[in-house]
Amino acid sequence: MKMMECDEESPFDIILSPEQDRWLQATTQVKRLVIGSNRQKADAVQHGILPRLLEWLIDESVPQELRTEAAVVLGSLAWGTEENIQHLVNAGAVPVLLRGLSNTSLAHVEACLRCLRTVFMAPNPPVNLIYQDATIIPHLLNIISRTAQTKEAIANILANCCTCLEHQNTLCKTGAISALAPLLTDGTLYKIQMPVLKCFAAMCYQNPDVCAAVASATFNGVSVPQLIGKLQCRDKTSEMQMASAKCLTFLHRGGAISAKDRIIVLETLPTLVRMCKKDRTLDENVEGAETLSYLIQEDQELQKITSVCDHSMKALAEYLTYTDIQQLDSRQTQKKAVNWGNALRTAAFQAFAAIGANDEEIRKKIIAIDNLIESVVAGMNSDDLKVQVAACRCLHSLSRSVQQIRTTFQDHAVWKPLVKLMQSHSDDVLKIASSTMCNLLLDFSPSKEDILECGAIDILTKLCAKEDEPPLRLNGVWGLMNLAFNSEQKVKMEIVEKLGSELLFVLLSERDPEILMRTLGLLRNLLSKKQHIDNIMMTHGTQVLQAIKCILEADYHSADIKEQTLCVVANIADGPQARMSILRNDGVMKQMIACMQAYGQSNLQIASLYGILNFINGEDADSFERFRILREKGVYNLLQKLMHSKNPHVYERAKHALNQFPST
Amino acid sequence: MATGTTSPSTETLNSNSLDPSDPLKQLYPAVNEDDTPLPRSWSPKDKFNFIGLSLNNLRVHYKGVGKSHNHKDAASVRATHPIPAACGIYYFEVRIISKGRDGYFRHSYMGIGLSTQGVNMNKLPGWDKYSYGYHGDDGNAFCSSNPGIPYGPTFTTGDVIGCCVNLIDNTCFYTKNGINLGIAFSDLPVSVMRPNLYPTVGLQTPGEVVEANFGQTPFVFNIEEYMKEWHMKTRMTIERFPVSDRRGEWQQALQRMVSTYLIHHGYCSTAEAFCKATTQPIDEDITSIKHRQRIQKLVLAGRMGEAIELTQQLYPGLLERNPNLLFMLKCRQFVEMVNGSDSEVRGPNSRSPRSQHSSGGTGSSRSSPNLSPAHNLSANASSSAGPHILHYQSQRPGSGSNSPNRAGGKHSRSSTPTSSSSSSHHSQQQHLSDNMHSNEDVKNAANAGSPQSSSDRYAMNGSGSVYIEGEENMDLSDGAVEDGLVTNGNYNPPPPCMNGNSHNLEAGDAEDMDVEGSGKQLCGGNRTAIEKMLQYGRELQSMSQHLRRQFGHSDTNKKAIQDAFSLLAYPDPWNSPVGFQLQSVQREPVCAALNSAILESQGLPKQPPLKLAIAQATQCMKLMAKSGIGACAFASVADYLH
Repeated sequence: MKMMECDEESPFDIILSPEQDRWLQATTQVKRLVIGSNRQKADAVQHGILPRLLEWLIDESVPQELRTEAAVVLGSLAWGTEENIQHLVNAGAVPVLLRGLSNTSLAHVEACLRCLRTVFMAPNPPVNLIYQDATIIPHLLNIISRTAQTKEAIANILANCCTCLEHQNTLCKTGAISALAPLLTDGTLYKIQMPVLKCFAAMCYQNPDVCAAVASATFNGVSVPQLIGKLQCRDKTSEMQMASAKCLTFLHRGGAISAKDRIIVLETLPTLVRMCKKDRTLDENVEGAETLSYLIQEDQELQKITSVCDHSMKALAEYLTYTDIQQLDSRQTQKKAVNWGNALRTAAFQAFAAIGANDEEIRKKIIAIDNLIESVVAGMNSDDLKVQVAACRCLHSLSRSVQQIRTTFQDHAVWKPLVKLMQSHSDDVLKIASSTMCNLLLDFSPSKEDILECGAIDILTKLCAKEDEPPLRLNGVWGLMNLAFNSEQKVKMEIVEKLGSELLFVLLSERDPEILMRTLGLLRNLLSKKQHIDNIMMTHGTQVLQAIKCILEADYHSADIKEQTLCVVANIADGPQARMSILRNDGVMKQMIACMQAYGQSNLQIASLYGILNFINGEDADSFERFRILREKGVYNLLQKLMHSKNPHVYERAKHALNQFPST
Repeated sequence: MATGTTSPSTETLNSNSLDPSDPLKQLYPAVNEDDTPLPRSWSPKDKFNFIGLSLNNLRVHYKGVGKSHNHKDAASVRATHPIPAACGIYYFEVRIISKGRDGYFRHSYMGIGLSTQGVNMNKLPGWDKYSYGYHGDDGNAFCSSNPGIPYGPTFTTGDVIGCCVNLIDNTCFYTKNGINLGIAFSDLPVSVMRPNLYPTVGLQTPGEVVEANFGQTPFVFNIEEYMKEWHMKTRMTIERFPVSDRRGEWQQALQRMVSTYLIHHGYCSTAEAFCKATTQPIDEDITSIKHRQRIQKLVLAGRMGEAIELTQQLYPGLLERNPNLLFMLKCRQFVEMVNGSDSEVRGPNSRSPRSQHSSGGTGSSRSSPNLSPAHNLSANASSSAGPHILHYQSQRPGSGSNSPNRAGGKHSRSSTPTSSSSSSHHSQQQHLSDNMHSNEDVKNAANAGSPQSSSDRYAMNGSGSVYIEGEENMDLSDGAVEDGLVTNGNYNPPPPCMNGNSHNLEAGDAEDMDVEGSGKQLCGGNRTAIEKMLQYGRELQSMSQHLRRQFGHSDTNKKAIQDAFSLLAYPDPWNSPVGFQLQSVQREPVCAALNSAILESQGLPKQPPLKLAIAQATQCMKLMAKSGIGACAFASVADYLH
């Protein structure tokens, strides 16, 4: 009969009223009202009942039944639109609900968890709130095994709350692995197993420490990877096979499972290849190919196996022909339109890049795919950044083939879209495009000239100046190095000019060994013909020698770098004019002589002897002066000492040098 | 679900000589090796003479000269038997022991594949028509042609090459070292009515040695996983079979299946309720159904004499028109006499309450389902049950009826101090209460509905009120509250009668228990009964002779009487080779035959459409196996029968 009265007064008003004895009934009424109706849920939120409900949740003097009912209503409201969830979060529901998890009533805990799960499964969940209080995660793991409800909710929450290295480590340290492992077993409900798999994947991704912990964990004598592996059986759903394969992929890449392990070669890899087949959904196709690329990226054997496994290349090639571009994404609850054509192309390009990364035979097979190179060119010209990157990555992988660079690449003028990509503002694009360009600038590449004409030197020197992006600097120097190799004086001068003394000096002062190595390589390529050497040294000699002296003096550089530097010195020593500048540079000479005496490191000895030989060579006016300086610096005596070297190369060179010395 | 008395179930197809020690049997459970043996080795007869065999005909080596370096050197061998279609998916592996002397670079001139009988053995598999092969030297696949098409990687010493034939979609794929190389051939020829593809391997150069694994040892490739997927796919195909049901005909047909099944077996009130809910017509009138139900109950209780009597009374002329049926019933009666269950050999004590029970209040017989399917289930399937009998299913076969009212009797009895109630009753009660949703509300409602006085009385008797309430719950869930109350005795005017009734029932059960128990005696150990039985035997004998004179010889009849009589040849018939006849399960075929005959006499189908459909499906599966349709391996009718 009371219901009749309520009809007049809205339950929202009662909830907001001070009429305590009617609260419960009104709350129950709201619960029934909002079930299954987004409009009613929004209406409820708009009536401003959220703060009241949360207030009850906190207030321990409120009857338990009402508090639980309030949590249930909050859970129901969360099921509505993303907006509702945002309102809940803004109203501060998450910390309140998290506190509710310590309630003694299981029903109450479950109600809170249901609501939290919904909140955390929405896009952009307030992840940090879970980590704000260090007791939350332990508590969640503590209560996870209570009921099917708690398992499902907590697994989902954790799966969505592991977004960075810190989270991964926190979860791992708190004992998430041993808490979640039992939920992988056979008797567990599907809807629990799925978030558990996702959670393991999230924890393992690019985290070797967690991977090692997961790989060594067991439950009932079965290792966790094995438990995960069982879920990629072929009678499981595609979704589950995919989730399981993903976990194992991350475990492999995290260094915890070897590429030779059966579970990777004979189970995970074939599972992922299967996901690329036509009988799977488009999102499985995309995810499958992406995960497969990641799995095999570092292992040549896995790449080889993938290339022959179940016609994988044929299946991936079909991705490129997909034309229905707009379709709903079945994964998302929020029906967002996805450009499947682009997503599939991206995935296929990535996969081809990975499969063909190391094997010329496989690259030939990839190139032989109908319209492959046309698709790559089209992909590079696409408006979609991801497609651009993926297409370029594929081209990069193929550009490791001398044969392809000489033939297909030139036939299809792949340098054109490449140069275009070099104008991109995206560093992701620039990174891969510049890497590819480096390969196309190799001496034997017919595209070299074309790219040069398009302003390659400008583009590359700009990259060299990117202070905050070492990979781009590296590619820039590398490209210039390739370009300078065996090139005409004009090109060399242009490089030197565009680069400028200052930038060259900056690059030579680089601490990054890779970049420094390529810079030294660039210098060697620039300083290659006698005439060129003199010209360059004339303009930039001071900076170059200063940098060389610094490198040789520094104790933090590796022997490889010093060797390379000595080679630069040797090159300079080949310049008729330039050699005197070294001989007269005490600092450099001192370092050279020191290197000659580096008895443990014959490569340094050989490199410095190479320079000495260049000093000696050549019959011109100042040869007498050169020998005088060398004698004066004690080189002659040193050479005599080196005659006793056990290293035949050192001995040969020392002997050869000594023979050149005029007798006094 | 079905009584399954006449049609053989698919289990015969599946379980034939399932030997756990034979991995091949486990791999291909649907194959009947009596009809279609599995390939287990290479054939010493079906090979070219350059081929030598060793290691139980599993290892193959090339013993030709191999000088001509051309195709004339090629030599193949086929397996002893073709691949049976009932494999569904067939797989074998070949390990390359040695690549041979002249292997092209480091690869080998070998072909692994399939061919039909009669294909030239002086060729590698794949070159000729009806021949398919994957070759080690170039990795090409040869589909009845030469040259082949690029397929997979090359293979050489140490590699394990597998060949998988999918008889569902008629494709074939190879594996190398456990990696699936993808489909090599589609549209393999699978001719109707006979399996025809043989595992085949071909060699071409001296020194080449390969060894086959037809499944006797574990494979490198995980074929079970692949099979699992097809198992699931086949199931999905069946379960998602599109039925256009715009006019509701499909649903109607299904409902009709259910209602006819219920009616056929005499689930009277269930059938009524179902037909009412689904607006299905009932082709038989209710009294007729109840009549059949009563007769069936008697047969299943082993009280054949009464059953025959009642049949004659309710369906005059039926048994006269079916002398063979009558003979069958009588033979069974003889068996039941030996058993001590037939009323002729039981005391009048046991007779009266039983018959009172079975023909008793209309309420009880309406609400209680016929026992037959329950028994069938406990005998055939381990733990399945028909729609309404789950809660009442007895743990002990042969303990008469298990209708709720009986259970009620037992409960009150079991609480009587003088009772010798066995623990099995307790467990049954436990079982009952376990199965009941212990929903307090429902219980309370049921309690409120029953008069206070009667529940007091029960309390006095010391009966666990939980059970009584529970019972009401069950009845409530059956939608027949009144019936439950009536049989619980709550409304029965004389309480002592209730007790006495249940006491007798208990006694009856005790006798039944003896039958099943260890110290079983002929005709229940009663001398007069034995004489009666012998007399009855003589009558049966003369009836048999009479039948033979009148209708000619009948193997069925002869066997029936012989079997029945041979029980007397053993001192302990229950443990004799013919003792199976004494099992209560054996009552079921008799019961079904009688039920069918009655229905037939009423112009109704003698089998419910549901059973017909199952039999047809089973038969269809057999035909599929014979016709080379591999899907039969993964679709078992039995899988759907629980």
